[in-house]
Amino acid sequence: MKTLIAFVAALLVAPLAHADENRIQRVISPGGIEAWLVEESAIPMVAVELMFPGGARVDAEGQEGAAYLTAGLIEEGAGDMDSQGFALRKEDLSTRIGFDSGRDEFTVGMRALTANLEESFELLHIALTEPTFEQRQIDRVRDQVLSGMKSDLVNPGTQGATEWFKQMFPGTSYGRPTKGRPDSINGLTRADIIDTYSRMAVKSRMKIGVVGDIDAETLGVLLDKTFGDLPEGEVLDRTPIEGTGVKGIHLIQADIPQSSVILGHEGILRSDEDFIPAYVMNHILGGGGFSSRLTTEVREKNGLAYSVYSYLSPYDRAGLYMGGVATANERVKQSIDLIRAEWARMANEGVTEEELTAAKRYLTGAFALRFDSNAKIARYLAGLQSAGLEIDYIDKRNGLVDAITVEDIRRVAKRLLKPDELFVVVVGNPKDLEE
Amino acid sequence: MRRLLSVLLLALVPQAAFAEPVVTSFELENGMQGVVIEDHRAPVVTHMVWYKVGSADETAGKTGIAHYLEHLLFKGTEKIPSGRFSEIVAENGGQENAFTSRDYTGYFQNIASDRLGLMMSMEADRMRNLTIGDDDWQAERDVVGEERRSRTDNVPSAKFREQFTSALYLSHPYGTPVIGWKKEVEALTKEDALEFYARFYAPNNAILVVAGDVDPAEVEALAKEHYGVIDRIELPEHVRSVEPPHLAERRLTMTDPRVAQSQFMRGYLAPSYLTAEPGEAEGLVLLADILGGGTTRRLQRLMTQSTDMAIYAGAYYSGLARDHGEFVVYAGPKGDTSLSAIEGAMDWMLEDLLKNGVTDKEVARSKKSLIADEIYSQDSQRSLARQYGAALTVGLTVEDIQSWRGKLEAATAEDVMDAARKVLNRKRSVTGILKGPDAKKEAAE
Repeated sequence: MKTLIAFVAALLVAPLAHADENRIQRVISPGGIEAWLVEESAIPMVAVELMFPGGARVDAEGQEGAAYLTAGLIEEGAGDMDSQGFALRKEDLSTRIGFDSGRDEFTVGMRALTANLEESFELLHIALTEPTFEQRQIDRVRDQVLSGMKSDLVNPGTQGATEWFKQMFPGTSYGRPTKGRPDSINGLTRADIIDTYSRMAVKSRMKIGVVGDIDAETLGVLLDKTFGDLPEGEVLDRTPIEGTGVKGIHLIQADIPQSSVILGHEGILRSDEDFIPAYVMNHILGGGGFSSRLTTEVREKNGLAYSVYSYLSPYDRAGLYMGGVATANERVKQSIDLIRAEWARMANEGVTEEELTAAKRYLTGAFALRFDSNAKIARYLAGLQSAGLEIDYIDKRNGLVDAITVEDIRRVAKRLLKPDELFVVVVGNPKDLEE
Repeated sequence: MRRLLSVLLLALVPQAAFAEPVVTSFELENGMQGVVIEDHRAPVVTHMVWYKVGSADETAGKTGIAHYLEHLLFKGTEKIPSGRFSEIVAENGGQENAFTSRDYTGYFQNIASDRLGLMMSMEADRMRNLTIGDDDWQAERDVVGEERRSRTDNVPSAKFREQFTSALYLSHPYGTPVIGWKKEVEALTKEDALEFYARFYAPNNAILVVAGDVDPAEVEALAKEHYGVIDRIELPEHVRSVEPPHLAERRLTMTDPRVAQSQFMRGYLAPSYLTAEPGEAEGLVLLADILGGGTTRRLQRLMTQSTDMAIYAGAYYSGLARDHGEFVVYAGPKGDTSLSAIEGAMDWMLEDLLKNGVTDKEVARSKKSLIADEIYSQDSQRSLARQYGAALTVGLTVEDIQSWRGKLEAATAEDVMDAARKVLNRKRSVTGILKGPDAKKEAAE
């Protein structure tokens, strides 16, 4: 036991070989396009991540799901390649390219072998600037999206989340399902898709992270060739969206043995000065690992759930504080009550010095674990830019966490946690819940 | 041989792509195997201990015990009381978890590489010294019950999957779900778990996998210090029911009101990497890719304008197992396509393949794509460590893993067809249909 204690006491913050200030380079191309780069030659590959704030927010009224469908169509034909031709070209180069569009942003990921770098970037260029959006591909992918949507409608987790956002943010892009509704998807024409796409891959919003076997100069040239002729695009509306503040418990009856519970209320934006103390506080309440208060109370002591959690969800236009649990229909009320009680205990009492020290040790030590693959680092670099953080943030971040005091946590917990204002959506057949 | 191979490979993927991870292995005197995969990109390490025991080693009436025990391993020893293991990992900035499969159970931590010794000391401690408190075991059994509800009972496609896999085996325990059958899981006890633990958890039934920013000699020294002092035990033989020949085709149909997308599946027992004749596993991996490896492959025709019947379609071979592999083809019909029509189309495609063979071009494409996958998989230290652990635990060697790429490269269209003819036999197959309330009505048959 003595050895253990000595080890813990000797704890150091693991240095980020991957991401110290010498290693993240701000690359500005001759044409003025910025990318953050980490050179890493251990594996002969390059990971590229693009983030375009927008996502479902660029859907026009009545065209919900357009951005999601459009993202799924980009690789179904571009330039003089049809869907098969594009796939064959990717295979010839052993390049992986993927597109996705979520609630807040449109993202593009590419992994390419160093030896095929130029050709891979050229393929990405064609995909981004000359997607063909053939009618037959639109019809085909639309069918896939509609099938996925039908499955979502019977997936308790997705059902609950959709209802939560619908009631919290009605009439706004956050209140609408990211994938749209059957009627909105069915109504989309080719012209609508082209129009939506013109608002997605735009240069003024593009954030780029690159990690791998490539130097700054080579990257600079490729940035111009690949992204130089993207449209500038319009400025995105980033004014905060107010939630309705709906609270209480909403039940969606479903004939399943386990109820899925999603709950939450207003939180804070990423730019809020309380974000870091809130992040540390949440780690203790219901963040990762097996030692959070929610896991201890709901799972370890009472065996009520396999998974119980809380998290800060800082969307671009609305900050949220969310949580969830999945538990047998007989124990739904008991589980919700326990979560609410922990919410209240944190708001009233904050945390102990011991809990804070343990949380800091975890958060500062585990920070390096986020960087165990080129692709993950590239995504993180794009995300930092998207959140408006500085290039030295990775070096400062552990210091910010270490500076938090129990007083900070007490203040932030009081500000953020409102157990009586939780809006709870239950999907299932709960036996112990009175509506 | 090596030179000849690389010349062949050059034609497909540029040579620079062939950076192999540096892998060293050793064996301790008590029989514990160790493997070190060097990755010096960041000062972190993945520390894993794999036990060569899984759900296929459970005794009658006690299904789920291997997985339940995995949960209980976090419930403490005399030195490290219940819950403390996870706290220490977290206080050291580490992440951890565990997993159970048919043939193995594994425990891992991702942590700063200078904490490797600490992790080993704790993992070695719980290899033989588990104590389970009276308060802990029942709550944890409820947790496992909730895990089963989340993963299976709440999810129609997972329930169907469980029935399908169970039907694929007439007698061998791979037909039992890893998490166990509900009734039996609910009746498991602390004594059951401790008995299973005492029988199987020992250094001579374990493999250590360390991947990350470490020096292999130091890892071996640490392993000797922490794991080397544990006594080996007399291990029970792997006695598992032997699967009898499959003589009759089997069919299952399940209807569930919560199914939105109907599903067709056809499964066949196949050799595993371990039981396969030379060339067979390579043939099966290529066959699965030629059929279902993405947009440019054969089953994609079910989804394109020409036939336009399916929302999705694919195939896979899972062969990383001690006793049997599985080969599965599947498809989800479009709203206006009947399940019998999609089954007919799938049958036609498989018959066509068996009759007319695959082309060299198809084989070359699939090889290239599979090799690229392998290069990209090196980007994740955790998944690399997991690949090695899984392969070694089912009985493959480091050499088998490292020679795989060469073997795959050397495989021919004939290997693919030999494997296809051996495995794709309707008489030995299980066909599964999952339907929702809105499934297209079948034409009278």
